[in-house]
Amino acid sequence: QVIPGNEARSVEALCWAAGERLFGAGLGGEIAEYDLSRLCVARSVDGGGGPIWSMAANSSGSQLAIGCEDGSVKLFQVVPGGIQFERNLDRRKGRILCLSWHPSDTHIAAGSIDIVRVFDVSSGQTVQSIMVNYHMHKVKRECIVWSIAFLSSGTVVTSDSFGRVQFWEWERGTLQESHTVSTSAVLSLSVSEKEDSIIVGTSTGATYQFQLLPVKIGSLEKRWVRTKPFQHHTHDVRAVAHSSTALISGGLDAQLVIRPLMEKMQKKGYEAALRKFTFPHRRLVSCARKARLLLFQFSQHLELWRLGSTDETGKDGEVLPLCRMPEHLVQLKSKGPEHIYCSCVSPCGGWVAYSTASRFHLYRLQYKGDSVSVKKVPKVPKLLLPAYQLQFSADSDSLFIASARGSVHVLQLLEPGGCKHLHTFRPPSGCPEAVYLLAVSTDGNWMAAVSGDWAIHIYNLKCFKHHCTVPTYNCAVTALAIHPVTNNLVIAYSDQQLFEFSIPKKQYTAWSRMVQNSGLHKTWLERDSPITHITFNPKNPSHILLHDIYMFCVLDKSLPLPDNSALLMNQSTLKQLPETARQRQLHAFKICKKFQPLLFADLLDENCLVMVERPIMDFKTQLPLPIQQKKFGT
Amino acid sequence: MVAPAAAALRVVRCGGSSLHGARAVFSADSYLLCASGDFVKMYSVATEETLRVMGGHAGPVTGVQLNPHNHMQLYSSSLDGTIKLWDFMDGIPIKTFTVGSKLLALYALASFEDSVFVVIPKSGERDTFQLVSVKLTKAAGQDVEAKELSVVLDGVDASPKYIAFGREGEYVASVKEVNLQVYFFKQKQLNRFSVSAVKTKSGNNQFTCIACHPTEDCIATGHADGKIRVWRNFCHKKEYTYSTLHWHHDTVMDLAFSVEGTSLLSGGVESVLVLWHNESDCQKDFLPRLGSPIEYISMASDGTLCCTLHTDNRITIINSNLRFAKSIQGLIKSADVKTGLVVDPRTKALVLNGEPGHLQFYCLQSDQQLFSLDIVQRQYIHQAGLNQADLVKVAFSAQGKWLATVEEREEVTDPELQLKLWFYDEETQSFKLNTRINMPHEDHITDMCFRDMDELEDDSLILVTTGRDCVFKVWVMVEDTDPEAQQSVSWSCDFVGSYHNYQATNCCFSEDGSLLAVSFEETLTVWDSVTWDLKCTFCHPPGKIRNICFGRLTCSKYLIGATDDGFLCCWNLLSCALEWSAHLNVLVLQPDPLSEHIAAVSWLSKESSLFVFKPNEPRPIYIQRNLCREKIQLAAFVPRDEPETIGTEKYLWLRRSQLFFLTDTQELMTLSTKSLQERLTPSSKQLAVEESLPVTPFSLLLGKHRRQQSQEDTDLGKLFVRSKCEQDSPAVKELLHTPAHVLPSASFLCPIFINSLLISKENKRAEEVADEVEMESEKTEDDSDEERDVTEMEQEDTSPLELLGETTCKLSKSQEKELRKIRKMDYSWISAF
Repeated sequence: QVIPGNEARSVEALCWAAGERLFGAGLGGEIAEYDLSRLCVARSVDGGGGPIWSMAANSSGSQLAIGCEDGSVKLFQVVPGGIQFERNLDRRKGRILCLSWHPSDTHIAAGSIDIVRVFDVSSGQTVQSIMVNYHMHKVKRECIVWSIAFLSSGTVVTSDSFGRVQFWEWERGTLQESHTVSTSAVLSLSVSEKEDSIIVGTSTGATYQFQLLPVKIGSLEKRWVRTKPFQHHTHDVRAVAHSSTALISGGLDAQLVIRPLMEKMQKKGYEAALRKFTFPHRRLVSCARKARLLLFQFSQHLELWRLGSTDETGKDGEVLPLCRMPEHLVQLKSKGPEHIYCSCVSPCGGWVAYSTASRFHLYRLQYKGDSVSVKKVPKVPKLLLPAYQLQFSADSDSLFIASARGSVHVLQLLEPGGCKHLHTFRPPSGCPEAVYLLAVSTDGNWMAAVSGDWAIHIYNLKCFKHHCTVPTYNCAVTALAIHPVTNNLVIAYSDQQLFEFSIPKKQYTAWSRMVQNSGLHKTWLERDSPITHITFNPKNPSHILLHDIYMFCVLDKSLPLPDNSALLMNQSTLKQLPETARQRQLHAFKICKKFQPLLFADLLDENCLVMVERPIMDFKTQLPLPIQQKKFGT
Repeated sequence: MVAPAAAALRVVRCGGSSLHGARAVFSADSYLLCASGDFVKMYSVATEETLRVMGGHAGPVTGVQLNPHNHMQLYSSSLDGTIKLWDFMDGIPIKTFTVGSKLLALYALASFEDSVFVVIPKSGERDTFQLVSVKLTKAAGQDVEAKELSVVLDGVDASPKYIAFGREGEYVASVKEVNLQVYFFKQKQLNRFSVSAVKTKSGNNQFTCIACHPTEDCIATGHADGKIRVWRNFCHKKEYTYSTLHWHHDTVMDLAFSVEGTSLLSGGVESVLVLWHNESDCQKDFLPRLGSPIEYISMASDGTLCCTLHTDNRITIINSNLRFAKSIQGLIKSADVKTGLVVDPRTKALVLNGEPGHLQFYCLQSDQQLFSLDIVQRQYIHQAGLNQADLVKVAFSAQGKWLATVEEREEVTDPELQLKLWFYDEETQSFKLNTRINMPHEDHITDMCFRDMDELEDDSLILVTTGRDCVFKVWVMVEDTDPEAQQSVSWSCDFVGSYHNYQATNCCFSEDGSLLAVSFEETLTVWDSVTWDLKCTFCHPPGKIRNICFGRLTCSKYLIGATDDGFLCCWNLLSCALEWSAHLNVLVLQPDPLSEHIAAVSWLSKESSLFVFKPNEPRPIYIQRNLCREKIQLAAFVPRDEPETIGTEKYLWLRRSQLFFLTDTQELMTLSTKSLQERLTPSSKQLAVEESLPVTPFSLLLGKHRRQQSQEDTDLGKLFVRSKCEQDSPAVKELLHTPAHVLPSASFLCPIFINSLLISKENKRAEEVADEVEMESEKTEDDSDEERDVTEMEQEDTSPLELLGETTCKLSKSQEKELRKIRKMDYSWISAF
């Protein structure tokens, strides 16, 4: 789930407080509390100290401390329904870049430029100042303390722009240990629950683990030792977290990496594998099948493209010459600082809808020869916003808007460019969470909606009434689609399970039961990325087309399932095998893995499949340059 | 080593055997001990000299360790299955423990009272080894059986670098391939760890060496891909952890922790010693350009020095602040001796390939490298599979004024060749490049020689090169017409000769320089060196000609050739007919430049035999079969400084020059007529056993103080004055100026000394001279002034006591007392003023 961003508010710090409440603070100078069910900012309070660089909650979650541009540390009380300003701590010059509470909540350590201060929470006084830059360089260069951690033993761990991780005894202000891990800045730091392990992230993209290890067997003397380096990122590692079994890091290169700690794992397996997330698990592309249009959603604008076409045919692996080049038709820019949350184009290509956190827009597109006219549809009904998912019906005369509290609005689209609110579906039992996925059957009879509590409700569109609920499964739904012929609902879950649910019969199909009984292939279950889109081949009803970021799969229900001994092979390697071996390898999963990250795949008509790839290098080039490092041998 | 046939003529190793059987060991008093072939060599760290060669093992020495309970003793293990305990100060083997099986590595620990650890092959299985502890029994006698073995670790690797003992002998760690195992002695717990065996593109993960932290539970391992892993917490099977240090681009060859464990040294093929501070990836220092790949690193126990052993048999001693201190280099081992053994006429040094692209000048007398001449003058890059230019041929002119070198770079299609001519510059005392000729031949150069004409003028110097492109070329010096040129002469081609388009393989000038013999595959051609006319040809099929040489002095009318199918032929140049031929597979044909003798070394049924003959008689004058086990590749006659007196007629050929030969393991050997005793005396020289502990500031202070006192004494006491003037006598001088290690042993000197005491009772004066000399020679170890002074003082203290009558002793003491009293009185008197 994604909380849409806002250009005016950058998020510098996030913390959980008072149970399950998420707070964010940023350079906008405001502390915002997020509504996790509605996925938007619930309320925000001005910090009153200029841009906020850091925020930390105490161990009980009852207090928030923020570090501001003007050098002040402010305490806020977390109360039900908001936060209340409590007091200011001793203010000195210099922005407070990082904060950490002592586990006993009596002291706060704050890192600034060249200095680390320790505040007494009850008196608000500075009880210790540690000059970090002391005796370091002849040439005066300021040392930015990027990150700080206060351990229960009274050790303050700092990481700074000189690439050092230092351990200080706060009461005396003495340096216990200093480790230079990098030639560039160490940006982030996180301590494990047991305080025996620390992970730091540097601006070169490397993360390092520190462990508190006994110097000798059986002796009590322990020392922090830099142990494992990991290089998973190409850019700054801006944030790290240390769970009990894994190290999690995220950085400027838009990747989230979960690196499990092998020694904490009981057995090798799915849990112990390194995982990387680059793309959001959401659909960012929509396709108008009939009009052969693609709508791409960017954070601040939409782009509509017409697909090129070719007359020629060729063999596998050939690139055919285009007789019509793909055409960039329209670019729609959203107004205001808010990011676009979802968007959709109708199958006929005549309608485009998108939504931000506070607004919903519907456009009518008309094509005259090569020119396109875009007209905003006036008088869009005021609905409960924001919209979490948009979906046009197959005949393009109605629009379904997924909304908060489990509701789905149906808009009827009127020629030439109007709309009317038809109905709002609500789950019979009510639901606090928003709907985030929608699927509409081709014949226009059924609609399936998934809300944040992972319940799938099926509605009858003809008589506007709730049809049934799919038995809940304890995993998030990542994709779902209704078969155009059989009206079976195919559901993909985040644990890679696949279900087929017959809507007319209100039960799982026989094939689905068979899959559950025999179990899916191990390799399939251990994939990293979830299925993001499902589509069908109308010509061959037994084919289900699935894709995730790395592979495209044609699931043939008529073929037997592979057992665990069979290899779940890529089609290109399979092609090199002799015919007899291929016969033996025949099973339901036909996987093709040749894609650079695959964002979208859809079947346009019987023999035309559109694939949208987003090469990683494409957006790597848009990132700021990584720190130049000399690589040996280059 | 003694050949069975000839009792008197012995084959003696004189250098070059591989130094890298084991890590070197620093003794407490700054001697360096290292395994060298079958011997243990002892070097002085201060003077770089080889002080002692301890022989006795019948196989290569694989481990050298100081006795942890007596720092004057040394354990050494060998492939012959024995552990020897040495007193290395005297070079005496104290005990020999026979274990039985091959010993591949040796470890001695202080925490294990009477046992050492060795690596032996597991019985019954090939290529598996185990680490066992050997109980060294305290039984009396020289040779003791040590059969009490107990296995500590199974499945270890053979090299001594693969096992290390942790702090205070708490645990032992061993690596093999991708596995690390740690055995804790107290807990009796064995932990195994492994790194992933996948071969990535950056190389494989295999362990190559291991070192343990001296005070903490920390293990450093080196890997084949150049990484160093520092392991901690390995007492837990699961929660172990390691960090990685990566600088080396290729295999880490050895690792060593500093004495306190604060820093780690590593070395590899890059020939760079890396010092890692605090196990941090970011803090490291380098000592680059050590010349050749580092094989072993060892630290002195006091941490002031460390040394690296290199693959080319060089030892580099490095200060604790990572400064290059000294280099002990004997015969540098090069990958392939392509140049052959050449004698530099100027220095009488042996010249051959040294470091890649360098020419080494090796002094035979001192077993030291005189200097190394960079011929190729290009940066050598240590990387596998890289074709780099190397030196292949070298030739000196008769007086060593000119040096010709050929270097080539092996390319698949066409070799890159360069002929360089160097001129000896008297001012700088080194060779200076005069002419460089690119591509002197189209193909490889097979042979090269100068015209050896001592009496002729410089400008008649001629160089002949033969090449595989079927020609030989004659190069002469020409006056340089270019006024801007720095030198007055340069070399250019004068004549190109060929014969029936055969490849030219060898060339040789006759002694007077009038004839040039060039062999073309199976044919030998003789050319007039003035007109370059083909005089005659000789042919003795079948077989291509491998070596040719002219006879010398009385035999200069003969031309000798050896073919590769086992014939040695001698042609008479006057009659142009074959004089005689013999069936002999000659590998090396070497004429003695100072006599008419020619040495031929043959290789037959896995043994090398030496034949010495004169060309005018077909019967060899000397045959020695089974010269050595290894194949002899090269030989050279080195002229002696002064002819040796040789009793037997049989060895007369050794009178004026000495024959050296190099085996394929690059061990340099020679033939000696001296008996074992005679030869060994200089090597097993008596070393002064002084205070064997390192010089401390306190001892220096004390020494200074005592010296002052003694000087006062000499000034005051008339009795002591004589010792000063006695030092000027020639006998004393000679003994004083002889290096300490050349002096005979104390046991050798003792009888003479006592005899002299007994005989000349009336001539006290002379006898005292002798006494003092002996004492002096025993005590002077270093040439440093301070220590000399200390020894003098000691000698003066003891000599009256031991040698002179008691009366004199008493007299001197009483006198001294008197004088002191006088002096004290004087002082008080002065102070009163």
